[in-house]
Amino acid sequence: MAVLSEALAKAQPCPAHYPVPRAVVGAEAWKQAAQGFAEGRMTLLGLWGERDAAHMAVRDTEEGSIAVLSLLCPNGRFPSVGAVHPPAVRLERTMRDLYGLIADGAKDTRPWLDHGKWPHSRAEARAPYDFLPAEGENLHHIVVGPVHAGIIEPGNFRFTAGGETIVRLEERLGYVHKGIEGLMAGADLKRGAQLAGRTSGDSTVAYAFAFARAAEAALGCEVPPRAVWLRALMAELERLANHFGDIGAICNDAAFALMHAHTGVLRELVLRTCDAAFGHRLMRDSIVPGGVAHDLDDRGVAAIRALLAEARRRFPPLVKLYDDTASLQDRTVGTGRLSLELAQQYGAGGFVGRASGRNFDARRDLVYAPYDQLHFTVPIRNDGDVNARVWIRIHEVEQSLGLIEQILDRLPAGPITVPLPIGSDACEGLALVEGFRGDVLVWLHLNREGTIARCHLRDPSWFQWPLLEAAIEGNIVADFPLCNKSFNCSYSGHDL
Amino acid sequence: MALIRDLIVQFFEMSLVLVLAPGLVGLVRKAKARLTRRRGASLLQPYRDLLRLLRKEVVLAENASWLFRVAPYLIFATTWVAAALVPTFATGLLFSWSADLIAVIALLASARFFLALAGMDVGTSFGGIGSSREVMIASLAEPAMLTTVFTLALVAGSTQLSTIVAFMNSPAVGLSVSLGLALFALIIVAIAENARIPVDNPATHLELTMVHEAMVLEYSGRHLALIELASALKLLLYVSLIACIFAPWGLAGAQADAIALLIGAGAYVGKLAVGGVLLAVFETAIAKMRVFRVPQFIGVALMLGLLGTLLRFVSRSF
Repeated sequence: MAVLSEALAKAQPCPAHYPVPRAVVGAEAWKQAAQGFAEGRMTLLGLWGERDAAHMAVRDTEEGSIAVLSLLCPNGRFPSVGAVHPPAVRLERTMRDLYGLIADGAKDTRPWLDHGKWPHSRAEARAPYDFLPAEGENLHHIVVGPVHAGIIEPGNFRFTAGGETIVRLEERLGYVHKGIEGLMAGADLKRGAQLAGRTSGDSTVAYAFAFARAAEAALGCEVPPRAVWLRALMAELERLANHFGDIGAICNDAAFALMHAHTGVLRELVLRTCDAAFGHRLMRDSIVPGGVAHDLDDRGVAAIRALLAEARRRFPPLVKLYDDTASLQDRTVGTGRLSLELAQQYGAGGFVGRASGRNFDARRDLVYAPYDQLHFTVPIRNDGDVNARVWIRIHEVEQSLGLIEQILDRLPAGPITVPLPIGSDACEGLALVEGFRGDVLVWLHLNREGTIARCHLRDPSWFQWPLLEAAIEGNIVADFPLCNKSFNCSYSGHDL
Repeated sequence: MALIRDLIVQFFEMSLVLVLAPGLVGLVRKAKARLTRRRGASLLQPYRDLLRLLRKEVVLAENASWLFRVAPYLIFATTWVAAALVPTFATGLLFSWSADLIAVIALLASARFFLALAGMDVGTSFGGIGSSREVMIASLAEPAMLTTVFTLALVAGSTQLSTIVAFMNSPAVGLSVSLGLALFALIIVAIAENARIPVDNPATHLELTMVHEAMVLEYSGRHLALIELASALKLLLYVSLIACIFAPWGLAGAQADAIALLIGAGAYVGKLAVGGVLLAVFETAIAKMRVFRVPQFIGVALMLGLLGTLLRFVSRSF
């Protein structure tokens, strides 16, 4: 019997949690679950806190089933998961910063998102941050950020290098903490959807999609088929735009501006098409709980079809250019290798995991409408380097083009929204949506009157940022931008 | 009277390189922008940037020593003098008899020495990285340059640039394997020395990958303007060097009249434009190398230079 079902059988189930079960477990079962992560039998999908409870979203690796395990911690303490399973460390530090929950037995208790600048910051957070030591002869520190020379998001990277070779990289994030989870508390669903869509600007569709699905699951609301298909259309357009941008940006970091220029044109075409079809270049606030905010008219369909034709015409020569430019291949092949073991341990989603052989895609493995009716393959590579991450993106672009075509061909007619059945009982919902970076998790707890009691948004970057630290080890300092761009983790989504 | 005339011509040459240098940088940027489907900034933008920097106040790090303040002037002065020694549009300029090609290399080397010192002076990690990378590149580029010079000197019988150019312009030169090798070596050295792709990226904003830019990160105001102008001059110098040795057509002679000088100047501007566009095309078509590949790249130049010299010893016909 699989670990997760075993744990659930012994636990006390919570009513009104959809579509997967949630159960309150005891401290022992909580520790066993942590052990399950460490042994690789379960994957940690998320770990978050409330005032007096800790929750974890868990996926059984064998069965593929998902559940939420909760531990009541009235005294504000819970047994640390991070002590045996490193991917949980930063999540636990965040729980301490945001909800004051203390992980018992955790080795790393430094603050994470709290930089000592909030009115209610802890005393430890106000002290200078304690970076990890690295000792050895001829080692030196290189500190980059949080303010960078280019216009990118802020993050602090501390390298310890021996000459050009990186011995250790330590990240420090949290500079763009916006307090989204705090703002969510007490908000209504409309405002909640807007907040979710502003968690990470480049994944606004994925976040709004996940939030809407979580809300609809909690309320037991059935969305009209046309809205479901339009959501997938937007999600694929977003993936397309971001992947085009990323492929060019990675090449640009190897000073190959030509690729950047061409993919920049493609990305701009996608964004303009989105503007024409849905009234917003990034399709922000286009997905709302209960449906979608904009219908797609014939002109929009024509615009998207024109985009498909244009992308199919322009993209293959670019792929060939990437593949044929020896100087570029020399930079990307073998750089920033990430092992399958680490990708699996961290449950790395998106191109980061798939380039290292982790065969997981929320659209296929945690299937949600309309992807159950669409044909696509999930590209996998095993080399785990920058080149592999570029190729995964290239293949995903091809898949997305096919998906968009299928959606346009089979787009059902009908209404695009339904009113939400608010005002029943308190309820909870969980949703995972495959954004362009990987699986975005939203957990939502609604009050009786339909306002948000607690909403947790987990960006895929939570499980990718730490892997960047691992992938860069042994590489040279000058290759960091290339590796970083190939991961392209979100600062905003991570810092919330 | 002849001396005054020579002085005027030399003065005209020195002003011309100073005026044209930012224009060449602007041209390369413009060409690269057009090649990547952008409109690009105006050709005059580098001039505007320099004026803007000259007007701005200098922000100095608290722990900057006198060296940090003096270095920009030294770098600019040595580079300018080096540029004055190159027969850009006329051979036999007044200063050209006072120093030869080896002196040009030495002048540029001392400019680099001060720049590398200044990069480390403030003690930031980027400055240190930039200086260490620059010196690594230089330790290979300078020998490569010297062997190239030896090849040319063996072919032309002199290290004096005016003599080399006069020889290259004469029918005696013919086709020579050594010269071909020297041309390639010189181009590679020029790319490495001027921090162009694939060795360095002059347009990057990524602190960790910078070489030249990393050393000058701490500079501002007029200091930065001088350094920028010096690096523009250096680019111009190398393009001029390649042009005057391997494409010496249109160069005015030692005692040429005003019309010949004007023709020479016109041909020179044309050559610069061609060189700038070719550089832009090359830079667009190639990605930057991994830092540790650079020694191999410049090593090719060193080997070509050596081979050229050796071949010359084997037989005069190479």
